[in-house]
Amino acid sequence: MSRIETDTVFVRRDFLEPEAPPPSLGGFPGWARRNLFSSPVNITVSLLMLFLLVWWLPPLFRWLFIDAVWTGTDREACLPKDGETVGACWAFVNAKLAQFTFGSYPADQRWRPALVMIAFVLGLAWVAIPKMPRRREGIWLMLTAFPILTFWVLYGGLGLPVVETSNWGGLLVTLVVAVTGIVASLPLGILLALGRRSKLPFIKIVSVVFIEVWRGVPLITVLFMASVMLPLFLPTGVNFDKLLRALIGVALFTGAYMAETIRGGLQAIPKGQYEGAASLGLSYWQSMRLIILPQALKIVIPGIVNSFISLFKDTSLVMIIGLYDLLGSIQRNFSDASWSTPSIAPTGLIFAAAVFWVFCFSMSRYSMYMERKLNTGRKR
Amino acid sequence: MTLRDETADDSPRSWVRAVLYDATIRGWVFQGLVLVFLVLFAAWIIHNTAVNLHAANIPFGFDFLNMRAGFDISQKPIAYTLDSSHLQAFKVGLLNTIILSVLGIFFATIIGFVVGVSRLSSNWLLARAATVYVETLRNVPLLLQLLFWYKAVLSVLPGPRQGYMLPLSINLSNRGLTMPRPIIGEGFEIVLWTVPVAAAVAWAVARWAKRRQVATGQSFPVFRASLGIIIGVPIVVFLALGAPLTFELPELKGFNFVGGMVVHPELTAMLFGISLYTATFIAETVRAGILAVSAGQSEAAFSLGLRPSQTMRLIVVPQAMRVIIPPLTSQYLNLTKNSSLALAIGYPDLVAVFAGSTLNITGHAIEVIAITMAVYLVLSLITAALMNWFNARVALVER
Repeated sequence: MSRIETDTVFVRRDFLEPEAPPPSLGGFPGWARRNLFSSPVNITVSLLMLFLLVWWLPPLFRWLFIDAVWTGTDREACLPKDGETVGACWAFVNAKLAQFTFGSYPADQRWRPALVMIAFVLGLAWVAIPKMPRRREGIWLMLTAFPILTFWVLYGGLGLPVVETSNWGGLLVTLVVAVTGIVASLPLGILLALGRRSKLPFIKIVSVVFIEVWRGVPLITVLFMASVMLPLFLPTGVNFDKLLRALIGVALFTGAYMAETIRGGLQAIPKGQYEGAASLGLSYWQSMRLIILPQALKIVIPGIVNSFISLFKDTSLVMIIGLYDLLGSIQRNFSDASWSTPSIAPTGLIFAAAVFWVFCFSMSRYSMYMERKLNTGRKR
Repeated sequence: MTLRDETADDSPRSWVRAVLYDATIRGWVFQGLVLVFLVLFAAWIIHNTAVNLHAANIPFGFDFLNMRAGFDISQKPIAYTLDSSHLQAFKVGLLNTIILSVLGIFFATIIGFVVGVSRLSSNWLLARAATVYVETLRNVPLLLQLLFWYKAVLSVLPGPRQGYMLPLSINLSNRGLTMPRPIIGEGFEIVLWTVPVAAAVAWAVARWAKRRQVATGQSFPVFRASLGIIIGVPIVVFLALGAPLTFELPELKGFNFVGGMVVHPELTAMLFGISLYTATFIAETVRAGILAVSAGQSEAAFSLGLRPSQTMRLIVVPQAMRVIIPPLTSQYLNLTKNSSLALAIGYPDLVAVFAGSTLNITGHAIEVIAITMAVYLVLSLITAALMNWFNARVALVER
C-alpha cells in the first residue's frame, strides 16, 4: 500500500462533448445496417423489396401523373395518339365530378345536397372533436333535428321542389345509406344487446336468433330480400321507395353487428356496477340508462367506429340492387359512349378507391385516437 | 315489528300492487306481450304475402325446383345443360360458391400470415411495405376491388397470343389463367390412398417421440420426420407405379387455347380480390395474436436454450394461435359471405345463379331468397362449429 503523492491535481471543469458514434452505427448507413442489412436473410429480403419497388413504382407514377390526361371534354382527349402512351384519364373524372357527387339530382337544386354535406361535416366536427363545447347537445341535435331537416332539404316539400329519391345518386347516396344505417342501427343494436343478456328466456332467444340470422347471411341477400321480398310483405297498394327498402335492409343487418359490439362493452362492465346500481334501488331501465350503458358505450366507441367503417364500405353493395351510389354512378359511366376509352375504367375505380380510402382511413385513425384517449381511465 | 305490520296488509289493493311490482310476473307478462306482438306481426306479413302472391298469380311452393332452367352457366363443375332443372342449377351455384370460398380461404390464410409476420419484421422495408398493403386494401370496398381486378386489370390484358407466359406453362391473358390439366393414369388412386396412411404413420411416430421424450428426455425431429413421411412415401409409391399422372399442356390454336385447364377471368378476379382483401384482416389478426404473447415467454425460452426457430414454433405460435383462431374464424365466415359479390362480375356463384337467374325466371322470390339465406346460414354455422371445436382443443386450460 504505497501512497502516491503529487503536486498536480487534475480536476475537469467542463463536460466532454459527446463524440459522434462510429460511422458504421450513426446516420443513414448505421440505420440501414441495423434495419435493412443485419443478416443474410435481411439483406436478401431488402434487395428483393428494393427490386419490387423499382419495378412497380415508376410505371405506376408515370401512369397516374406524367402520362395522365388532365383536361378535355370527351374521349378524344384520352385516346392514345400515334404511338404515344396515355395514362389515367382524369379529364373523365373532372367532367363527371358533379354527377359522382350528386347523381342525377337536378342541376339547379344541387345546392341542397351540398348544403346538407357541409352541415354534416360541421356537425360531425362538433361532435367528434373532444375540445368542442356543448358536445352532448351536439350529439342530440345530430341524432334528432339533423336527420329530419336533412330529409326535408334533400327530398323537398313545404316550399322546396320535391326531388324523388330515384334521382339521388353518387356520394350523396353513399352518405345517406351509411349515416342512416348507423343512426338506425345504434338503438336497435342496444336493444338487441340488452335482449341477448336478458334473464328472460324468450326475449333472449328472440334476440339471439335475430342477431345470428342477420350475421350469418351476406348483406347482398339481405338487400335482395329488401328489394324483392319486402314489397310482398306489405299490404297491396303500399309502395315503398327503393332507397327506403335498402335502408331498412342495411339497418337490420348493421343492427345485428352493432348488437355484438355493444354486447362486448356490456360484458366488460364489472359485476359490481350492476350490484351498485341495484343497491341504490334503481330499476332495470334506470340502471341501464344511468350506470351501465354510458360506461359500456364509451368502451365500445372504437368498435362502433369500426362497424361504421365496414358499413361505409358495404354501402357500395346497393349498386347491385340498382341504386347508384358513388361506385354505382362511376361504374354506370363506363358505358358512356362519349368517354369510352380503355383507361376510364381504371381511372374511375382508382378515383372511387381514393374517396373511400380517405373516408375509411380517417375513421380508423379516429377510432385509434379515441381508443388511446378513452384508455386513460383504465391505465394503471 | 311496525315495519312488518305496514307491509303485511291483506287488502285487495296491495295484493294487486304486489303482483304488479313482482319482477318475475312482470317478466312473464312482458315476454307474453312480445310473443303476442311477434305472432301478430308474422300473421300480418303472411297474410299480406298470400294476398300479394295470389294477386300476382304465383303459387307458393318448391315445385319450380324441378322445372327446366333454360339458362346457361359459364362454369360448370358438374353436369349441367340448358335442359337441367333449377335444382341442378342450384347445385352448380352452390359448388361454385364452395370452390371460390375454399380457394379464397387457402390463399387469404397464406398471404395473411406472411403479411402479418412481415409487419413485425425487423426489416424496415418489408414492415413498411406490409403496412402500406394492409392500410390501402383494408380501407377500400371489396366490391370496388373486384371490379378493379375484373374491369381494369384482367379485361385489358392482351389476348391469348400476347398473354403473359408464366412458369409451368401457365398463361395469363384476357381468357383467364390457362394451365396444364392433370390426366390421371392407371393406379393413381393408390398414390392418393398412401397419403392418409402416411399421415397415420407420422402421427404414430409423433406419439412415440413424445412418449420417448417424456420418458428419457431425448428429443426427436418430429416435424422433419413427419414431413418426410407424408411427402416422401407418396412420391416413392408414385414413382414405383411408373408415374401414373401426366399433364396435358394448353396449346395455342387459332385465337384460343386448346386443351389444358382454364381458370376463367371471373374466378381469377374473384380470387385476387377476395384473397387480397381478406388477407389484410387476417394479417392484422395474426399480428395482434403474436403481439399478445408476452415477451417474457420468448425470453424464458431463450434462457432454456431454445433456438429462435424452436421458440417461435414451440412457444410463441401455439400461444398466439389461441388469440388468432376466434377472429380468424370470423374472417373465414366473412370471406364465404363476401363470395356472394361474385354476382357483380359474373362469376356464377350461388347468388348469381339461384338468387339471380332462377329468381328472375320463376319469380319465386320468397322461396329462392329463403333457400339462399339458409345455405349461407348453414355454411356459417358449420364453419363456426368446426372452428369452435378446434378452438376448444387449443384453448388455454387454467388449473
